[in-house]
Amino acid sequence: MTNLQFLWFILIGVLFSGFFFLEGFDFGVGMLVKSFAKTSDERDVVIKTIGPHWDGNEVWLITAGGAMFASFPMWYATLFSGFYLVLFLILAALIFRGVSFEFRANMKTDTWRNFWEWAATIGSFCAAFLFGMLFTAMIAGMPIDKNGDMTAHFGDYVNLFSIVGGVAVTVLCLVHGLNFIRLKTSGSLRDRALSWNKILYPVLFAGEVVFAILLFFSTDFFDKKPMTTTAIVVALVIFTVLAYWGVLGNHEWLSFIGSGLSLISVVVLIFNGLFPRVMIANNPANSLLIKNSSNSPYTLHLMTILTFSILPIVLVYFIWSYWVFYKRLASPKQSA
Amino acid sequence: MLNLGLDILGLARFQFGMTTVFHFFFVPFSIGLAFVVAVMETMYAIKGDEDYKKMAQFWGKMFLYSFAVGVVTGIIQEFQFGMNWSEYSRFMGDIFGAPLAIEALAAFFLESTFIGMWMFTWDRFNKWVHTLFIWLVMFGSSLSALWILAANSFMQNPLGYIINQKTGHVQMVSFGKVVGNPQLWNEFPHVIFGAFVTAAFVIAGCSAWRLLKKDHVGFYRKSLNVALVIGLIFSLGSIASGDLQTRYLINNQPMKFAAMEGLYKNSTNKGEWAAVSGFDTKQHKTTWSVDVPYVLNLLSYHKTTGTVKGMNQVNKDMHAKYDKKFGSDMNYYVPTKTLFWSFRIMAGAGALFALLAIVGLIFNRKRSQLIMKQRWFLYILGLCLWLPFVVNTAGWFVTEFGRYPWIVYGLLTIADAVSPNVSVASLLTTNIVYFAMFAIMGLVMIILCHRTLKAGPDAENTDGYSAGDTKELDPYSKGAFNHD
Repeated sequence: MTNLQFLWFILIGVLFSGFFFLEGFDFGVGMLVKSFAKTSDERDVVIKTIGPHWDGNEVWLITAGGAMFASFPMWYATLFSGFYLVLFLILAALIFRGVSFEFRANMKTDTWRNFWEWAATIGSFCAAFLFGMLFTAMIAGMPIDKNGDMTAHFGDYVNLFSIVGGVAVTVLCLVHGLNFIRLKTSGSLRDRALSWNKILYPVLFAGEVVFAILLFFSTDFFDKKPMTTTAIVVALVIFTVLAYWGVLGNHEWLSFIGSGLSLISVVVLIFNGLFPRVMIANNPANSLLIKNSSNSPYTLHLMTILTFSILPIVLVYFIWSYWVFYKRLASPKQSA
Repeated sequence: MLNLGLDILGLARFQFGMTTVFHFFFVPFSIGLAFVVAVMETMYAIKGDEDYKKMAQFWGKMFLYSFAVGVVTGIIQEFQFGMNWSEYSRFMGDIFGAPLAIEALAAFFLESTFIGMWMFTWDRFNKWVHTLFIWLVMFGSSLSALWILAANSFMQNPLGYIINQKTGHVQMVSFGKVVGNPQLWNEFPHVIFGAFVTAAFVIAGCSAWRLLKKDHVGFYRKSLNVALVIGLIFSLGSIASGDLQTRYLINNQPMKFAAMEGLYKNSTNKGEWAAVSGFDTKQHKTTWSVDVPYVLNLLSYHKTTGTVKGMNQVNKDMHAKYDKKFGSDMNYYVPTKTLFWSFRIMAGAGALFALLAIVGLIFNRKRSQLIMKQRWFLYILGLCLWLPFVVNTAGWFVTEFGRYPWIVYGLLTIADAVSPNVSVASLLTTNIVYFAMFAIMGLVMIILCHRTLKAGPDAENTDGYSAGDTKELDPYSKGAFNHD
């Protein structure tokens, strides 16, 4: 494995971390459109908290996908063709929730507004759950042949472990979205988000424990890297505890950073466990490795130069755009 | 499994065609609208005329709808390479991934961030800064077109690569050559100009329908004027850049060129050009045609002499060149009728757009009322708002069908590129669901644009989402004081 290959493995992890940190609260807020927000005015406010941002946040996914293609095309080809139906459902969910915000705002009848609100809610739930399921299934090992083609059956990626993984990621996104709403609104929505999280955090703790236990039995992470895997799982729990502390003591930033770091810990856990592989095959001889799945040194070198010259500029205006919309949005009056 | 005569290859190709065509309804529309709206807002910034601000906001709404659909369908496009074409992804990863990743990094972030800024900050920034936002969006979306076309250009005309002897995959040796591909620099201006023409004629068409109803005459006449000026400049630009591209094909992809002109036999020195003709694609011959002498040579070489190779000759040449590697049972004929007619639709529409723009600008002169009296002309303009979408599709038909049987010209066939591990059932399901989703989204788009148009430029922004800061806190309400 060359340094560049290692660097790109890390970079893909960084891009997915960015995606889960940012799109995590987008998904969470999307899930809240129907149940949490009670009136049409409340929904306007809830959606508006992510209005200027969701689009840019989703670009992290597109960039991660593109970067994977540009650095590890064998990984990209195996992962995307192998998890065909899961990715197809993710796409459908992302599409429905993506257009729902704009379409809902322009619907005249309640029936249709209702339709697009459900599209946002269900789409967000499904996207978060399916992403969680996909990555959990991926680390459990899949039937992959010599050519790198994966021929998984339904039971390979839908099982207890992957469902628990999916639920855990969904709940993580949900509390992350609520923490975001606590930061971005004032009034009744802000209060409600706090009380919802008081209930949801204990659920999340339970989920994380079950997930850690299943991780022990379903993957080789604890066998191969007992120290780091344990450390990351502990970090995950600590971040969640900190976020919960932020809920109990009403420290909004602490909660938001805590839930964001919890999501990043999940990504780190996955990437740490994968290393030095990128896809885990049931037959270890067929696992895709960092060293033989990457592009040529020339392309990796080129991509490194380009990424390190463009990404800093992107980060500057990306962060600036959050700064511009820093202001809290007021909850609508109750009579509405 | 039911045997419906469906195979993975056919379904994967259909899916690629369907998503690309649908995606490309919205891409040029968005790029073009961003440009036209940016021009309108710039005029507002310069002249201070509120009408132009209203125009930017009004047509900007359609831009936002289109952008939303363009983004989500674009994700399918990106994922599709890995999902349906895993062998292609493995073969081409070294070349294809780079432009795709740069597209996301350099272009999509720019677009998506500044579109949020533009949408929600009408009253918060100085007008010049706000105008800059839409220009950045426009710049970002053009840049994304550039990178994805760089990837497409390699598929049409591979340059700057070697074949890795161990893996058999392509490997980049010169990024400069990949980006400097002449195919790209012939294709890019044509696509961008076509995008500007698309938006211009949709705006012109919408304005024409409202003018027929004598609704907001001043506003729509002004909009019409901006649209037609842009439409004229860039339809001429499209024709010129299309001409460049066509002439580049003669040597580079002679099969595509010969099919566009419906030539089975080599042309004679007289350069007879078939305006229309019929084909027997099984026997590889032309059954009838209406020929005009010299035009073929004028189109091909800008002079009256010369000859062009026909498809039968090109087929022989290609067999001679590729049989050793790909076997003698390859079919190198492209779908002739599709290319022939698509090319005619595209070229004909280009000329029509230029003509409509000239006539429209004459009728719509400031002091003249002609435009309101020539109702037939407004009807034609109104109908032509659909034409750019047909033309854009025809353009891609020529480019992509003309690539057959290659996915990467001369290096990899379409048949060898498909994912071997995806089932017919999966592909059939996704085809049906995508089709249904596209139909819903397309329908909602049309309804939304129609409704926006009917509501008119003075309509209140009622939604609180696209409307920007209409839901700001009332400073006298109780909530204002717990605002931190």
